[in-house]
Amino acid sequence: MFYREAGQFKKSYKEDQAILPILQDKIGVVVILLIAFVAIPILASDYWLTAILIPFLVFSLAALGLNLLTGYAGQLSLGTAAFMAVGAFAAYNFELRLPYMPALVSFVLAGLTTAIVGIAFGIPSLRIRGFYLAVATLAAQFFIPWLLVKVGWFTNYSSSGVITTQPIEILGFVFDSPAKRYFLVLSIVAFLALVAKNLVRSNLGRAWMAVRDMDVAAEVIGIKIMRTKLIAFGVSSFYCGVAGALYAYAYLGSVEPDGFNLDLSFRILFMIIIGGIGSIMGSFLGAAFITLLPIFLDIVINEGAEILNLKLAAGVTSIMQLLVFGGLIIFFLIVEPLGLARLWQIAKEKLRLWPFPH
Amino acid sequence: MTKKSILQVNEVSLSFGGVKALKNVSFNSEEKSILAIIGPNGAGKSSLLNVINGVYKPQQGEIIFKNTVWKNVIPFQAAQSGISRTFQNIALFKGMSVLENILTGRSLKMRAGLLSQGFYFGACSREEIEHREVVEQIIDFLQIQHIRKTPVGRLPYGLQKRVELARALAAEPELLLLDEPMAGMNVEEKEDMSRFILDVNEEYGTSVVLIEHDMGVVMDISDKIVVLDYGQKIGEGTPNEIKNNQRVIDAYLGVSD
Ligand SMILES: Nc1ncnc2c1ncn2[C@@H]1O[C@H](COP(=O)(O)OP(=O)(O)O)[C@@H](O)[C@H]1O
Ligand SMILES: [Mg+2]
Repeated sequence: MFYREAGQFKKSYKEDQAILPILQDKIGVVVILLIAFVAIPILASDYWLTAILIPFLVFSLAALGLNLLTGYAGQLSLGTAAFMAVGAFAAYNFELRLPYMPALVSFVLAGLTTAIVGIAFGIPSLRIRGFYLAVATLAAQFFIPWLLVKVGWFTNYSSSGVITTQPIEILGFVFDSPAKRYFLVLSIVAFLALVAKNLVRSNLGRAWMAVRDMDVAAEVIGIKIMRTKLIAFGVSSFYCGVAGALYAYAYLGSVEPDGFNLDLSFRILFMIIIGGIGSIMGSFLGAAFITLLPIFLDIVINEGAEILNLKLAAGVTSIMQLLVFGGLIIFFLIVEPLGLARLWQIAKEKLRLWPFPH
Repeated sequence: MTKKSILQVNEVSLSFGGVKALKNVSFNSEEKSILAIIGPNGAGKSSLLNVINGVYKPQQGEIIFKNTVWKNVIPFQAAQSGISRTFQNIALFKGMSVLENILTGRSLKMRAGLLSQGFYFGACSREEIEHREVVEQIIDFLQIQHIRKTPVGRLPYGLQKRVELARALAAEPELLLLDEPMAGMNVEEKEDMSRFILDVNEEYGTSVVLIEHDMGVVMDISDKIVVLDYGQKIGEGTPNEIKNNQRVIDAYLGVSD
């Protein structure tokens, strides 16, 4: 009833091609942005900011990066965490060796460094695909953290391999509270999400999807397959690299190469599977889901146990988490491969007709 | 009066392991003409089309397109020189809408760089609108306005074929290769498709090489017919000549459906 486009006529192709052609969507996004940029920094507790919202945003960015590569360009990667590691350690070294540089510039340079590394590891995609490509990206996943540990220069010869990030400073302004860091991360993520949306609705995004859906037809229509794939690796890795830098600087504060392991790569892959393959919004939904699910389960299980007067053995919650995770992933892979984003879309289509089903 | 030829196929032979798909096939196609390739299943028709735009590499022979000799052309070059095509098994981009599919046909004409696209600014936003206008003309021409936002996977077969033609036309080709554009269509849909092909040919002067099984359609719309059988050319000529070609009748027309 309220979600209708009736009466909203588009007068030009420009209007029709807008990101949010429907008024209700525009209002929705404005409301979300107001909450995210104004209400949350004022209202949210430090715990919420540091333990939930900042990691949610960082993971959203990494998931977005992976989604550009896997969801849009169709190149499966298991090396997301490794690319995040490159971003984190690149930012650390830029800040360390060029201390006068604003943090934002370091993050961008970290992203660009990761893009170059990503393109290098994307070269096998020119010859192999699917499962075999996934195995090739797995090589990156093992090689990069190993290299970061092995070559002391990257960690500035820290004996444990752990680096502690420098304070985030931009032109004298120090992001020294959770709210400030949240604000910075939110701004970067919102901006990069907008850029991603623009990319996928213009020629490059169509080329990615064309290569994903039918590469022979793409080539015949004049799309350069190799170039398109390598750009996908480059752009995706840029996103993962910036996410890695934020993971280190705005979320954890200190990281070690081994923290960027296959587990983390899989977590991010699960985010896009659950959130929606080939959907910008899906990357956020998936990240929210996987960040919030453990907390939610924790509460449910502990409260439940209390009510039922049960005494839980240690580790039950984490086992439950794994079970629910596994079940959900199988559910989405089989029943709704396009994830939460698709469920949301279906709900909107229903809403458009409601309350008259015909 | 001799017309200029746009496409010459010279003594092309192609084999897959032991299978000889094409044996020494030659023909030429005149500018602005419609040429049909006919022949029973497995005769090598699709292979021939694939050789023309570089999807398959022939072991022998060459293609001359607009006076340029191609020994080992790749599909990208063929597209750049003005050849576009459709496939026997629909090769649309399943995850994209009709509009997006057709817009991919404009890829070669888009120049906006990565940053411009990322910000949807300057060259990019200008181009997106410019090309949308061209694509909308094609959409009007093929009468698919009502489905422009539909994901192609949801469309019935006949419409998918039409969208694939639209995508090929979006490249504004000089030579259009159509592999069984009317297969699986009912009479009405076939008539529409024939009409579209004739209109493209007449209005834009696009040369067409098409593969088709429906002899009625072939006789109606083509200027010239090439007949293949077991990878060999067994006949070439105007529809009338082909109708009266004994070798063709024996091999093909006599036993046709
Ligand atoms: N990619 C391929 N690999 C192996 N054999 C092929 C391939 N494409 C075509 N062929 C073979 O070439 C012959 C001609 O096939 P095709 O050109 O598809 O015939 P038509 O289009 O006339 O039905 C067939 O024997 C077919 O099996
Ligand atoms: Mg065929």
